[in-house]
Amino acid sequence: MAAITEAGADARPKSPLRFLSAVSPAIWTLIALVIFWEIAVRVTKTPVFILPAPSRIAEVFAATWPRLMINAGLTLSEVLIGFSCAVAIGVPLAVLITYSRLAERCVYPLIVASQTIPKVAIAPLMLAWFGYGLTPKVVIVILLSFFPIVINAVVGLKSSTAEMLYLAQSMGASGWQTFWKFRLPQALPNIFAGLKLATVLSVIGAVVAEFIGADQGLGYLIVVAGASFDIARQFAAIIMISAIGMVFFAVIELAERIVVPWRDTNTIHAEA
Amino acid sequence: MSMANAVPSPATAVPDPAHIAIAGVSKTFRSRTGEVHALKDIHLDIRRGEFVSVLGPSGCGKSTLMMLVSGLVPASRGTITVGDKTIDRPNADVGIVFQQDVLLGWRSALQNVMMQAEIRKTDLEAARERARQLLKMVSLEGFEDAYPKELSGGMRQRVSICRALLHKPPLLLMDEPFGALDAMTRDQLQLDLMRLCADNEMTVFFITHSITEAVFLSDRVVVMSPRPGRIERILEIDLPRPRRLAMREDTKFTHYTRELTDIFRGLGVLREEEV
Repeated sequence: MAAITEAGADARPKSPLRFLSAVSPAIWTLIALVIFWEIAVRVTKTPVFILPAPSRIAEVFAATWPRLMINAGLTLSEVLIGFSCAVAIGVPLAVLITYSRLAERCVYPLIVASQTIPKVAIAPLMLAWFGYGLTPKVVIVILLSFFPIVINAVVGLKSSTAEMLYLAQSMGASGWQTFWKFRLPQALPNIFAGLKLATVLSVIGAVVAEFIGADQGLGYLIVVAGASFDIARQFAAIIMISAIGMVFFAVIELAERIVVPWRDTNTIHAEA
Repeated sequence: MSMANAVPSPATAVPDPAHIAIAGVSKTFRSRTGEVHALKDIHLDIRRGEFVSVLGPSGCGKSTLMMLVSGLVPASRGTITVGDKTIDRPNADVGIVFQQDVLLGWRSALQNVMMQAEIRKTDLEAARERARQLLKMVSLEGFEDAYPKELSGGMRQRVSICRALLHKPPLLLMDEPFGALDAMTRDQLQLDLMRLCADNEMTVFFITHSITEAVFLSDRVVVMSPRPGRIERILEIDLPRPRRLAMREDTKFTHYTRELTDIFRGLGVLREEEV
């Protein structure tokens, strides 16, 4: 049957974790770079206050581990609280913008225009308003991560074609059914694209907020280490920050593979 | 299919009050350059169980006419009744197939067909049984769990036809459903469609720009001309059912296609060099 041979049906199992195998070449490259770094520093006898060797950074990392963890925990909680708030505000706002022409015309241009304000520039303002505690950090995280969430969710929710909505109507679908069974699943790939951008931005937001005014957190550790030219400790904190960013990104990526399994099965096949 | 043979052809069924009555319907769109008369003063009655094709060049308003019948788009003037219902809002007693298959990428073939039952909140067990049966009838047995991206264009459109038929609608609306398919797939789907339509009392309102397709499928062909869209001629197609591919070479068949071609030549829609 012509129909059967035409089908591109692929029987390969689709494990959500399979994308990890795609990352492994990059890990090998990273290991090679670190080895090169180690050799280069030893051969050129670069002083430790300019560039410490990876082995030196690892020693400092191990020595300051408890302190790193406590501060990383704080930074992580700022990131997670801010990110969650940004999702809780951003997604419903995107729904409102999609469904209400008035809301779209009143709010959407302002959201876009607000992006011209450099967030780093208003960080001191947050400090003045909210003090030195958790609140200003969370607010800055929200300000940074909110935008990609809203914009991508709006794009996704509006990506339902006219035919798709006509089809829903012809089935007698209620507004709720149309949203839940047609619009939202259609929007999920875009929503996740926004969430992934937001993970990166929320980590940046938390660290920037800590730079400006904090007495703990990984951003604070960098400032303190920088003041005493302790490059190795700065690196230790930077590694923790990118570890948080990477794990957070990977968690959202994994969630996407579970929630949106239909999205890029093709690209996975291409890589595998 | 013996089932198809057992059922009398819709054209010979007992006379019935018009299933669809389109009376004095016009549709005007507002555009930047002013008003566009998509349809002007359309009158058309369609019997229950009749297969009617609306044939015309692009821009003649034939798709608009289908959208008006579905109630998804309101008419500017005139009334449309389907059964005993006046159409003034989206009519949920229809099955609808567009040129694009509009399958939902996150649902398998079977789940896409089942959407119809889920939204209507009908008995899901019985619906699933019927969905499997419909997919089997269009040679998609074994592809129930395939996702749209794993299916060819022709297979996807077959799934969308099954979805439109799941709830046994009294009226099937099709807007150039085979327009995006290659010629051979198109032939197969025409045969599949007639097999699916043969065993019930369903009225089919079929939009096409293919003369052969209109003659091959229909009991009547409504010829439309553009700007403003209006009905030019209505042609009865008196060919036996079930229709066979070979009939397309019969003199009776070619007589119809020649007549339709002549109409379009007369309208200036088709132009050719004088010999």
